[in-house]
Amino acid sequence: MVSRVTDDYVHMTTAGCQAVCEPAFWAGFDRSSPNGFYDYFSQLTQHEPKRAAKFGLPHFCWLCINPKESEDVKLAQEVVALIPEFLKHANVLGIGEIGLNKNSRNEMKVLEMHVDLAARHNQLILVHTPHLEDKLKGTRLILEVIKNDKRIQPERVIIDHVEEHTVKLVLDTGMWAGMTLYPESKCSPARAIDMVEVYGNQRVWMNSACDWGISDPLAVPKTALEMRRRGHSAEVIDKLIFLNPKSFLSQSPKFSL
Amino acid sequence: MTRQQVLDLYFIDARHKLIDLAAFLDRIDRSSGNDDFRATAFRRALEELSKNNPDRARQVLLAFSDPTTEPIPAATTKAACGAWPETH
Repeated sequence: MVSRVTDDYVHMTTAGCQAVCEPAFWAGFDRSSPNGFYDYFSQLTQHEPKRAAKFGLPHFCWLCINPKESEDVKLAQEVVALIPEFLKHANVLGIGEIGLNKNSRNEMKVLEMHVDLAARHNQLILVHTPHLEDKLKGTRLILEVIKNDKRIQPERVIIDHVEEHTVKLVLDTGMWAGMTLYPESKCSPARAIDMVEVYGNQRVWMNSACDWGISDPLAVPKTALEMRRRGHSAEVIDKLIFLNPKSFLSQSPKFSL
Repeated sequence: MTRQQVLDLYFIDARHKLIDLAAFLDRIDRSSGNDDFRATAFRRALEELSKNNPDRARQVLLAFSDPTTEPIPAATTKAACGAWPETH
């Protein structure tokens, strides 16, 4: 995880994590050229797997230009053109995290570019949905774009960062729903478990936000503990935090544990 | 879980958050100036808490959400602020 220290890998391994899946995302600042992305993709596909392996964690990744940098369509076109040569790497699972940030027209164009790229190269898709007040609208727009591309099989798409007002929208399309856990401001472990209890545990997974902001790589193991406190069985917990993500990711022939 | 179990697990945490919320509203009232769209949306969302709907969390999220359906012409910022700026 390019934004985290090695202690995080140690803690994840100690907590029983079996793999780490890292999406391409915003660096906290805009990269100044396609070359910046070339270096970033090299880091994700070559350097970071070696760093994670030192601590016993298989490392997988997703590639794209993040929605936060999608307002510049020309830059996005140049970056998307770089991606195919990186898809050959053994740890690349698909295209992601694509999606929308502020729900702009240019972001939509770049989203469509990425969906087309995934379709042409038969890649899984990981989608970032916008935060806070932009999430509902953005989720609706994203689902329309993906549904309109008939080459995309919904069960090969995961829509991430769902919350109570978007989870059903996603599940009704046949796509997977990801609940991203944060220590503050967004989805908490308790709320994620609530959603599972209300909407079921089919095509749902949880993931720990591990970015530059306040986030916790152990959010998933901590949520498993919270589920035990609520009386969920070991089988139910294992399905949600291990078997479900394994099932989705195993649609990529590169994923194995 | 039984209602007793839910209360045993979450009451103290929810009580803590409710008092924090009350203190936030008191802080707003003590401050000078006017509310902006965030405070308006916040007060609207608060109304959802006293209703007996089974999906209060969803309704609160909807109260803060942009209800429009068309993409905006261009993104002029990267950040979200938590409430739709055109909330009245």
